[in-house]
Amino acid sequence: MSVREEIIEILNVIKKNVDYDKETALVDNGILESLEIVSLVNELSDTFDVEITVNDLVPENFNSVDGMVEMIERLED
Amino acid sequence: MKNILELLEKSAKKYPDKTAFADIDNADSYSELIKKSMAIGTFVAKKQIRNKAIAVYMTQSVNSVEAMLGVVYSGNHYVVIDGKMPENRIKNIFSIVKPSLIICDAEHIELSEQLDVDFCCISDITETNADEELLNSIRASQIDTDPVYILFTSGSTGTPKGTVINHRNVLAYSEWLCETFDINENTIYGNQTPFYFSMSVSDVYGTLRSGATLNIIPKKYFSFPVQLINYLNERKVNTIYWVPSALALVANWKALDSLKLDYIEKIMFAGEAIAAKHLNYWRKHLPNAMYANLFGPTETTDICAYWIQNREIADNESVPIGKACDNCECLIIDENGKQADEGELYVRGSFISYGYFNNPDTTVKAFVQNPLNHSYPEKVYKTGDLVRKNKYGELEYISRKDFQIKHMGYRIELGEVEAAANAPEKIKNACAVYDSATDEIILIYEGRKFEEKEYLDILAGSLPTYMMPSKIIRIKNMPYNANGKIDRVWLSKNYKTI
Repeated sequence: MSVREEIIEILNVIKKNVDYDKETALVDNGILESLEIVSLVNELSDTFDVEITVNDLVPENFNSVDGMVEMIERLED
Repeated sequence: MKNILELLEKSAKKYPDKTAFADIDNADSYSELIKKSMAIGTFVAKKQIRNKAIAVYMTQSVNSVEAMLGVVYSGNHYVVIDGKMPENRIKNIFSIVKPSLIICDAEHIELSEQLDVDFCCISDITETNADEELLNSIRASQIDTDPVYILFTSGSTGTPKGTVINHRNVLAYSEWLCETFDINENTIYGNQTPFYFSMSVSDVYGTLRSGATLNIIPKKYFSFPVQLINYLNERKVNTIYWVPSALALVANWKALDSLKLDYIEKIMFAGEAIAAKHLNYWRKHLPNAMYANLFGPTETTDICAYWIQNREIADNESVPIGKACDNCECLIIDENGKQADEGELYVRGSFISYGYFNNPDTTVKAFVQNPLNHSYPEKVYKTGDLVRKNKYGELEYISRKDFQIKHMGYRIELGEVEAAANAPEKIKNACAVYDSATDEIILIYEGRKFEEKEYLDILAGSLPTYMMPSKIIRIKNMPYNANGKIDRVWLSKNYKTI
């Protein structure tokens, strides 16, 4: 499974019925709420074994799946 | 003083152009706030509604405050409904209070239409011409034991309970608050708590009483510490009164290692026990700020006891709740109804509500005759919380009475297990539950994976053997209930399947 597919799978567990492929304002439009973001961050760091630091925790990295893929790939390096 | 509107009117006279309330998009000066509240008050009053509940149903904003105060101008009391509250819970609350009107924002018009109650949109009514004569005559007919608001809490059974809080409660409480913490015209609040939660009463009425400024922090910033801290600096926030989990967020992300809070002077918290570890993180980075742990239920307006930090607290210690607020008394009552150093907390004084709306059965159970007074009628509030006096003579919170368990013949407070379990750095959050069927203490934690043996060794350093958990379970995400507290009921039912 690609990083992208894995992220979408995680997102679908956290919240269903969102078109994660297309959505680019998951945070800004309030689609993901505080606790869901906390879950998401925990899941991402666990699944990809990366350390997401406070400076990575900005809306731009979580508004779209692309943003998350980019962040994970950067952190994996 | 007999009406909370006098707080607003006094501050508006002194600081007409000063910002009273601000959110991310809008701000009201004191004179604008008074004008809009009077407009709303006139609109509602002209509907001939008096001494009735009126729902304020919107996303938390400056508009919410205008609506709340407007309702009070009209001689009614407000019920704040969270903009995201599930429809069933709203209907449940409405079946208890039967509101005469909903004031909503544009975003909630469609949802309001489904609620079978007359409603109006705030943007349509803030331009109403204020009828001062009408508002004055309403004011003259009111007394200080008339309600200001009804605030709903979950209640252990899941049925919402609506605590009725009157003018005298809010006036007495806010007077104590402002004097004790020197809340004044230079105070700039960063508001975290929702207006349907009792802690917000301190922010809102502390602001109105002292002519301070309150900034509503957008909820989503509590997921993004960098944005949160930038916002607090931009708005020059110097006073925060947050739930511990909001302070924990900043600590768990070590946000203050790389970012600086430029203006914070006062840090207060309530709503849940704070882990000493999180408090110590803040203290390390803001050593000169004042820290205060506040304690109280909705039924005492917000708070009945407080502790201003005056000594070091170790990471595995519990943070005391200190002493009773001025003009408030905290009684510790044992099982025989006698005063003791450990027992259930009863509270008496002017902060105490008269009881729950449309709920006489629950009211008589919680608002009872002072067990120490056999001479004349005196209602006190029985909190259901267990407290004790520590060696400094300070009150210490133990746990809810319902959480006290009997295990291997010992009486155990799960809160103590949690205080020890929260100490290790890897642990973000720990919760202890008791399975009465197997007579086991189960510890559930969120955080980086921990070898069970290593964790147990650390716990053994602060807990006697009989308090050690039988099982330790790691959970990826701690479940929370609607008020943002750990959902213990869910955990104790479902821990086996996590």
